[in-house]
Amino acid sequence: MTAVAEAPSKIGEVPSFTVTLRVLRHLPADDGELAERWDEFQVQAHGTDRVLDALHQVKWEQDGSLTFRRSCAHGVCGSDAMRINGRNRLACKTLLKDLDPSKPITVEPIKGLPVIKDLVVDMEPFFASYREIMPFLITTGNEPTRERLQSAEQRERFDDTTKCILCAACTSSCPVFWTDGQYFGPAAIVNAHRFIFDSRDEGGAQRLEILNDKEGVWRCRTTFNCTEACPRGIQVTKAIQEVKRAMITRAF
Amino acid sequence: MTLIADPKAPRPPKAGPGRRTTRGNVELYGWVFMRVSGVLLLVLIFGHLFVNLVTGEGVKAIDFAFVAGKWASPFWQVWDLLMLWLAMIHGTNGVRTIINDYAEKDTTRLVLKSLVGLAFLVVVVLGTLVIFTFNPCPHGVAADLLPSFCTAG
Repeated sequence: MTAVAEAPSKIGEVPSFTVTLRVLRHLPADDGELAERWDEFQVQAHGTDRVLDALHQVKWEQDGSLTFRRSCAHGVCGSDAMRINGRNRLACKTLLKDLDPSKPITVEPIKGLPVIKDLVVDMEPFFASYREIMPFLITTGNEPTRERLQSAEQRERFDDTTKCILCAACTSSCPVFWTDGQYFGPAAIVNAHRFIFDSRDEGGAQRLEILNDKEGVWRCRTTFNCTEACPRGIQVTKAIQEVKRAMITRAF
Repeated sequence: MTLIADPKAPRPPKAGPGRRTTRGNVELYGWVFMRVSGVLLLVLIFGHLFVNLVTGEGVKAIDFAFVAGKWASPFWQVWDLLMLWLAMIHGTNGVRTIINDYAEKDTTRLVLKSLVGLAFLVVVVLGTLVIFTFNPCPHGVAADLLPSFCTAG
């Protein structure tokens, strides 16, 4: 095998193009106030490049002060949810070529959570809601000596909601959450759903009690923003309605 | 007894800092009421419209006598009372929800909700009063404006 670094034929070469990134910058000033401004960056990108690659290029080659979160960069860790062209997406799962690169691509932090710097937001209110629904297995009685068995059908019941990666794309796309941030948010309800409908779990009643709150599932207006925003394709709105239904059948 | 905490027993669900719990079935009943009253109102309102505008002589039949004649019957009294109450509670609850969703300041929320509550009270009290204390045969009115049973007696 010979390495052909500069082969004369260009077969398979990925075409490159120039894109403009419009990034909403939040820069903390000396007095602690966040100053907001739009910055434009020109980036040379390939058809295989994602928004995250473009952001990397900006940070590594143009402006090192650009701040954003990312960890695995492959759509699993849920760190880099941001508002790209007005929709919440994962920067690592969004190809530039799918976003109409002829126009500037806008990148903003996700809405409804306090911005710390640039694209980094304070996720604490989001995780506080998540902790409140008790996202762990609750059982009674003696621990079995072997696995807690479950049929394929029982597993299928909550399979969709096990996919959540807690990126906050759904919660921060919810107009009800934007208003006062008191609403539990789709992500917390999705993760409650994952345990409420798990045949091995016995804390369902407790979790329904927690979500049967003025700021719980009843604030959902079924606008489907969350379902549209979910990078894992979870039917978020459907899950919320299933939790509502479980509450109603419990109450009547 | 061991001093090791039993990991199977979760801590009692407690609201995190910054959130006061507002648990309870209030919103649940509100949500169910909106669905139930919505379905009932569909029947009531379209029944009302059909009887008033389509049957008999249609729109042209509506005058004081027509309304007075209707309210002389307990059936239409109950019908209109139900329609009034259900529509007012349904609409007020809907507007309350919208205020909760859109008002960002607590004072704005309070003021708007008080206004809606006041409007609700005025309309419901006035409407109920009219339906029950309505006099189909007032004195000193030309007989041709009154329903037929006024002159019959």
